Amino acid sequence: MKVLMFGWEFPPFISGGLGTASYGIAKGLIHNDVDLTFVMPTRRGLKFESGINIIAADEVHTIERFNKIITTLKKYDTSTITKSFTIAPYFTSEDYMEYFNTHHDMIELKKVLQSQKGLLHFTGNYGKNLLDEVYRYGIIGEIIGFGNDFDIIHAHDWLTFHAGVAAKRSSGKQLVVHVHATEFDRSGENVNQQVYDIERFGMENADKIIAVSYFTKNIITSRYGIHPDKVEVVHNAVDKNRRLDAYGIKKNVDEKIVLFLGRITMQKGPDYFMEAAHRVYKKYKNVRFVMAGSGDMLPRMITRMASLRMIDRFHFTGFLKGIDVERMYALSDLYVMPSVSEPFGIAPFEALLYDVPIIISRQSGVAEVLKNAIKVDFWDINKLSEMILMLIENDKVANEVAEKCKEDMSNIGWDNAGLRIKNVYESVLKN
Amino acid sequence: MVSLIFYFQVHQPFRLRKNYSFFDIGNNHFYEDEEANRAILNKVADKCYIPTNLMLLDLIKQYPGKFKVSFSISGVAIEQFEKYNPYVLETFQMLAETGQVEFIAETYYHSLSFIFSKEEFKAQVEMQKQKVEQYFKQTPTTFRNTELIYNNDVAHFAEQLGFNTILAEGANQVLGWRSPNFLYQPVGSYKMNLLLKNFKLSDDIAFRFSNRAWEDYPLTAEKYASWIHSIAGSGEVINLFMDYETFGEHQWEDTGIFNFMRALPGEILKHPDFQFLMPKEAALNYTPLSQIDTPFFVSWADLERDLTAWLGNSLQDSSIEKVYEIEEMVKATKDPDLIHTWRKLLTSDHFYYMCTKWFSDGDVHKYFNPYESPYDAFIIFTNVLNDLIQTIKNKSKNKLSA
Repeated sequence: MKVLMFGWEFPPFISGGLGTASYGIAKGLIHNDVDLTFVMPTRRGLKFESGINIIAADEVHTIERFNKIITTLKKYDTSTITKSFTIAPYFTSEDYMEYFNTHHDMIELKKVLQSQKGLLHFTGNYGKNLLDEVYRYGIIGEIIGFGNDFDIIHAHDWLTFHAGVAAKRSSGKQLVVHVHATEFDRSGENVNQQVYDIERFGMENADKIIAVSYFTKNIITSRYGIHPDKVEVVHNAVDKNRRLDAYGIKKNVDEKIVLFLGRITMQKGPDYFMEAAHRVYKKYKNVRFVMAGSGDMLPRMITRMASLRMIDRFHFTGFLKGIDVERMYALSDLYVMPSVSEPFGIAPFEALLYDVPIIISRQSGVAEVLKNAIKVDFWDINKLSEMILMLIENDKVANEVAEKCKEDMSNIGWDNAGLRIKNVYESVLKN
Repeated sequence: MVSLIFYFQVHQPFRLRKNYSFFDIGNNHFYEDEEANRAILNKVADKCYIPTNLMLLDLIKQYPGKFKVSFSISGVAIEQFEKYNPYVLETFQMLAETGQVEFIAETYYHSLSFIFSKEEFKAQVEMQKQKVEQYFKQTPTTFRNTELIYNNDVAHFAEQLGFNTILAEGANQVLGWRSPNFLYQPVGSYKMNLLLKNFKLSDDIAFRFSNRAWEDYPLTAEKYASWIHSIAGSGEVINLFMDYETFGEHQWEDTGIFNFMRALPGEILKHPDFQFLMPKEAALNYTPLSQIDTPFFVSWADLERDLTAWLGNSLQDSSIEKVYEIEEMVKATKDPDLIHTWRKLLTSDHFYYMCTKWFSDGDVHKYFNPYESPYDAFIIFTNVLNDLIQTIKNKSKNKLSA
């Protein structure tokens, strides 16, 4: 599968989280056998890791490309290219010349072709000419789109949406736009209308939207009027801003929250969590325990909790999905996975996405990967309760555990994100 | 003379929101499912309270001085009438004005407070008394505890509070070989009169009336009156105690329950030795036959006629202990809204919903339970309770820092 990806930054050139995410996703996709071409505004003379095809927009020789386009159009009869144009489906090469002479973008392009020897200028910064660059990037998108050597287009955040939509227009290929942050995340309620319009334009013209969280998906559907079915959620593997603020929520209780999240079945060891919680509860009151999920052991766990008289410190949420999972992780100060037997188990990775330190059982497969996680035998309730106490009483250690575990998992996390994005491509291409 | 004493229980709890989750703790202090409470109250008003009240008014006019009934309306039910359907209250007031209807005292919040806090119990009975005086212009002298929960101590406490008649379940563990159809006296009491429910004849109306598998189906007023009349010579008071919602709600109108009730007074009064009385009149007409010793709690619920509908499993026990544990803290706020909110959590229904007895009484429990399971009821209740505790703590913290 060949993917044409439009980004704005890419390591070593990074000024925000978008570069890290784009890089992680690109690597994750390549590991999942996706043939990727990454377009960015400029290399700035920096060296890039080999193995990724990079196209810098400021190196695209537009005159050459255009000559090619015109020849191509002349060579084929109109029927082969009709589907390329969403606006005017019956273009001929004459029509194209007409379009070229009258359309706003093209007039500018023509000027540039004449004045700048075929090369457009990009800084790749977020400066005051940002909007101009975004539009120029769109022109590059249109031109690259004509190259037509890919199966699907992927564009990261609003800066690249013009380019993505233009490439879709000129290639007739489908477009996936990826929303890492919206204008509402960046500016609260005082949105920049131009940015909002570009975001909405991109989302409306996309065939699929990938949101980095259910929280973001919620904004996309409620603020941009996009149908929820059009939006898939793929969490990035690492994200610095996943704690409470990102979700516009405040912590609802004063105490530290220790979380069990998973199916409430024997295999997951909820009973060991319960007993350890009780040991902690007897010694330390500044803590609440949450058991999230459902399963055949839930009634037994509820009854046990009531018998242990922890109702002022132990909570059940039932099965959580979507945005509530995110909220739950974001609210938590410690995640415990006391699985009796767990081949792999993705939940600790999810917890780490939200910078939540973790305790896992030695009997779970992830223990091999997460070398720095706190590990206990699932049956060792005393040890587990000691470790819970140690981590909730000691923020510094807890943060260290979370940080180190994140390093352990970052590769796996991006591979996972890459695979899920690949699945999104496949579902789009199927339709 | 043999007397029939009708006593109807009217109660509606303030049900909690079914979606009050962990995430609401600290964020959302609106606990009650306003929409459901309004809808249920109006539904029951249309099917039961209003048509039955109007029917009783007609019967009272038809048999002046002769047809009498009594009610206990919980304070929380009255509050919901005030809020959602004041016309229901008006029709109850019309009944009160006839002089042939007695309003009985109970705990305002339909709570189990007698078991957990005598101080709170006393306060709730007083509140209820005031509500009855305010709306029905009568001062109750008869008492019935929530769900007919009763033992010697309840009787003595009620006596100290100034009541002279008390109602209880005519359970086998109370009566032994004795008949419920006499006036009794609680052991160790001198003034208190005890009326015991004839559960066979009460349940014939309340539970079996529309049961087609019952050998006496269909039950006509004539047939029922003949059973009553057969007691002549072997009893003095026949106590028919039931939920008022029996009429039109538990037994729908199309079962013929209204026609049955309309015809019943005439059939009963055909026999010259039979009459209707209000509970407060029983003591004036009869002398207690003997003292009854009831050291253990009884109630009118389920087959066991004990407290296991509300207490006994760990869900119920842990939550009721906790909610009473914070009594002092709640009252110390002196915040009437918070205290009222806390008191509404004492309503026995919350603990009834957590009952896990799923055998013969399971159907009844299910019918009355708005939650999917006792576990859901427990989780919602504890979430709400945790928010209330946190709200109170924050409030006192703010006060200290202010």
